[in-house]
Amino acid sequence: MSRVPLPELPGRIPDTQSERRLTALRREAARSGVVPGKGVAPQGAPFPHASPMTGYYGVPLLKEPQWKPEVPLYFFVGGAAGASAVIANMANWLSKDRELLRGARWMAAGGGALSSALLIKDLGMPSRFLNMLRVFKPQSPMSMGAWTLSAFSSFSAAAAFANLMRERLGPFIAIRLMENVAGALAAATGLVMSSYTGVLIGATVIPVWNENVGTLPQHFAASGLNSAVSLLEILGHDDSRALNLLGISASCYELAEGVLLESKRHRINEPLRKGWSGAMVRAGGVLSGPVPLALRFAYAISGNKKLRRAAAWSSVAGSLLTRFGWVQAGRASARDHRIPLDLPEGTAEVRKTSHQIALQKLA
Amino acid sequence: MSTTAFLTDSTLCIGCKACEVACKEWNQLGEDGLEWSGNSYDNTMAVGHSTWRHVKFVENPPEIGRGGNAAEQLPAWGFSSDVCKHCEVAGCLEACPTGAIVRMEFGAVFIQPDICNGCSYCVVSCPFGVVEKNEDDGRAFKCTFCSDRQRAGLQPACAKACPTESIKFGQLEDLRREADERLKVLDARGVTDAVIYDPKQSSVKGIHSLFLLRGDPRTYNLPPNPEVPTTYLKKAWQSAAVAAGAMLGVTLLAFLGGKR
Repeated sequence: MSRVPLPELPGRIPDTQSERRLTALRREAARSGVVPGKGVAPQGAPFPHASPMTGYYGVPLLKEPQWKPEVPLYFFVGGAAGASAVIANMANWLSKDRELLRGARWMAAGGGALSSALLIKDLGMPSRFLNMLRVFKPQSPMSMGAWTLSAFSSFSAAAAFANLMRERLGPFIAIRLMENVAGALAAATGLVMSSYTGVLIGATVIPVWNENVGTLPQHFAASGLNSAVSLLEILGHDDSRALNLLGISASCYELAEGVLLESKRHRINEPLRKGWSGAMVRAGGVLSGPVPLALRFAYAISGNKKLRRAAAWSSVAGSLLTRFGWVQAGRASARDHRIPLDLPEGTAEVRKTSHQIALQKLA
Repeated sequence: MSTTAFLTDSTLCIGCKACEVACKEWNQLGEDGLEWSGNSYDNTMAVGHSTWRHVKFVENPPEIGRGGNAAEQLPAWGFSSDVCKHCEVAGCLEACPTGAIVRMEFGAVFIQPDICNGCSYCVVSCPFGVVEKNEDDGRAFKCTFCSDRQRAGLQPACAKACPTESIKFGQLEDLRREADERLKVLDARGVTDAVIYDPKQSSVKGIHSLFLLRGDPRTYNLPPNPEVPTTYLKKAWQSAAVAAGAMLGVTLLAFLGGKR
């Protein structure tokens, strides 16, 4: 009969000392009837007791944001579309560049439609979006956003349609009037589109978001403008001086915002520096601030369009990372129980219990 | 209209979790799966979309007058049954873009399930981390204050099932008075660390689920200073207005300057 080898067990190897100790215990028990001993503290002991230092076992107080990735993507698309409508309006008023006008009009209209699609995807079914339109609620940024998006996508689509008709049929007064009015309204709502998402996440209970509520709308608007300019350049409008100037301004603001965020080194802003969210926010800041700024200046001096294209791609990537990074930072912030409970500064993460350590080892 | 409320007295709670069971049975909530948390006997961890009552097991070092046994290193337990606070100024209600979250005739904050569209903005607007979206269903859920039972003139399921009357149900003002009286009784018995949790001084302006606890409310995961997120709105829209103005100005200048 062959013997199956027993699996190796984790454990101690008995030695003379251990056996002598056990014998001593047996003798003492036989003599006195009781063996007083402190026992062995299990792994992870002492267990975290409830205290004003630890909170409730470090269980997060707040719930994490439950948005799907469509929502930060919508922040990006909606922001770029809104800024694009503003660019289209200014091109219409002040520039003879019909190509740029058409590109910006269509980007605004396409972005508006894509934004609605992304939000519907997050909600699960189209009819749910209509529920947003049964009330008008100024104290709810989400309600304001739903109405702004509805208005923006209608106006920007009308402006793009009028632009198409004008090019196909000629500048009739009715068509021009329609393009000018719809374009101006799209620009007005576009301004809200690119900045309100900062209000949306700023006016919540998530500490890292409401801590930065004073600059988030500006940050997101600059990011939206940066990405709109860059996307238009990528689509071929890379000889517009105005766009390069706009790109420089937006990158300047992003650089300043990055410096501001890095200078606020309190623990509420920790998710902007640490972990995945920190990496994303920081990378987003670098890619949309100093990198495109340097590249755009280099382009202005050398006139090499490759540099300008590189700046555009960097800005788009940075803008995307910024939105995803901020949403991720909100998740990390919600998981940190110390801030909403106002636990004393320097409170460490709560020690894991022996059971949690054992589970971790098994996994 | 009268305002009804809960008073959850943790000095009477025995940690039996009958309220959790009663709540799940009456409201027909699904099970959450069993996961050992390692945190005392609390394996539920927090209220959520399918847990509207949740008993917290707060372990304190053994102490005379608190329980526990120092010789055997057994902790002193404090139990408290957590629930939606039904805030006077409710963050979720303010934030809801569909009007699905409403105030009931007896003061409860109620999510109408046929109107909620699952935007999950209430989730990030609740300073107590109560509201949660059910990812399978796509809508947000929380304690209804047993509005269906209250309309039928009955008390909520958890209060009815509580064997020690740790969960009291009644008129808000009566319960506020009762809590103060209970505090005096406890004090006379030597329980001097009892407190009432009712953040009237914060922007929440008071809650309809009062708690009587021993020691620091933070050990029960209750925030000392809950803020309704609408308090940040002014600053946020000001920043948005600055952003819009700057964007308009910058594009105007860029196109004027870019004409050449």
